[in-house]
Amino acid sequence: MKSNKKEQTKKRNKNLYYGFSFLGVVIVLHVVLFFFDPENICGSLHASLQIIIQVIPVLILVILIMGIANYFLKPKFVSKHLGAESGVKGWLLAIFIGILSHGPIYVWYPLLKDLNDQGMRTGLVAVFLYNRAIKIPLLPIMIFYFGISFVAILAIYMIIASVLEGIIMGIIEHKTRVRRKDA
Amino acid sequence: MDKNKRSIMTKKESIIASFNKALKNFGVTLPILLGVVLLLGLFKIYVSSELISSVFTGELLGDTALGSMIGSISAGNPITSYIIGGELLKEGVSLFAVTAFIAAWVTVGVIQLPAEAAILGIRFALTRNALSFIFAILVSIATVVTLGVIG
Repeated sequence: MKSNKKEQTKKRNKNLYYGFSFLGVVIVLHVVLFFFDPENICGSLHASLQIIIQVIPVLILVILIMGIANYFLKPKFVSKHLGAESGVKGWLLAIFIGILSHGPIYVWYPLLKDLNDQGMRTGLVAVFLYNRAIKIPLLPIMIFYFGISFVAILAIYMIIASVLEGIIMGIIEHKTRVRRKDA
Repeated sequence: MDKNKRSIMTKKESIIASFNKALKNFGVTLPILLGVVLLLGLFKIYVSSELISSVFTGELLGDTALGSMIGSISAGNPITSYIIGGELLKEGVSLFAVTAFIAAWVTVGVIQLPAEAAILGIRFALTRNALSFIFAILVSIATVVTLGVIG
């Protein structure tokens, strides 16, 4: 139990180190570009600020869902509904939640990591992420540009592709686990 | 009564602990997310729709792969991809390429890759994005062919 906590802290510190290194590189890139093209870099920072403003409500929603999930969803529950023994229900749930989720894809990574740690199948994480491509509120705009038949066919093929991707991810994960066990 | 009070206190503590854990986990990912948002800002300024449309050559298969590639390195609101896709169609770019571009825009995320790799694992992120890239091309072919058959 104690070593598990130690491991988690180590992992968290490693992720923090990676995160700050990545952010540092991006900031250095901005500083360098600023000397060559100050006007566009100011525009870029303004665009980033606008993205942050747009994203804040979704971030709050995700943190809330993470908190609620931590409280109500115990590993046994997640494993039953989204884990190895979840069956077709797990696939349908991942597709459904993926389609319904909104906001940028990256704000959902922490929640998916939590669920994956609690027993959610890796293949279903991929299914969730793929189905975020089908955005119900944006369908009318897409229909306006490409027509209803195109949008309907595309949506069906995307759901099929998401399941195939999930299956392949699952197979790869299984093979990796077996290889690690053998080694 | 005392037992009841203790149970309420435990529940309260458990709720606080759950949200504390959520905030902590989210806090770890915050620098990466901020980095991605800054990259998105750069992308918005430096990559215009004119620049994207200038890359297509008119060769069907090549353009479809190119559409998937450009969609993969592009980022932002999907509405932008619909608008660019609409413009590309008007300029004579094939529906195969435009569909691959739209599909890859929302399923592949090169700009978000550092965040996905850091949070969900490098192997997961690379495999998922590579598969999504291939599926964008396959989905595009399947969609346009089906559309042609239906009429």
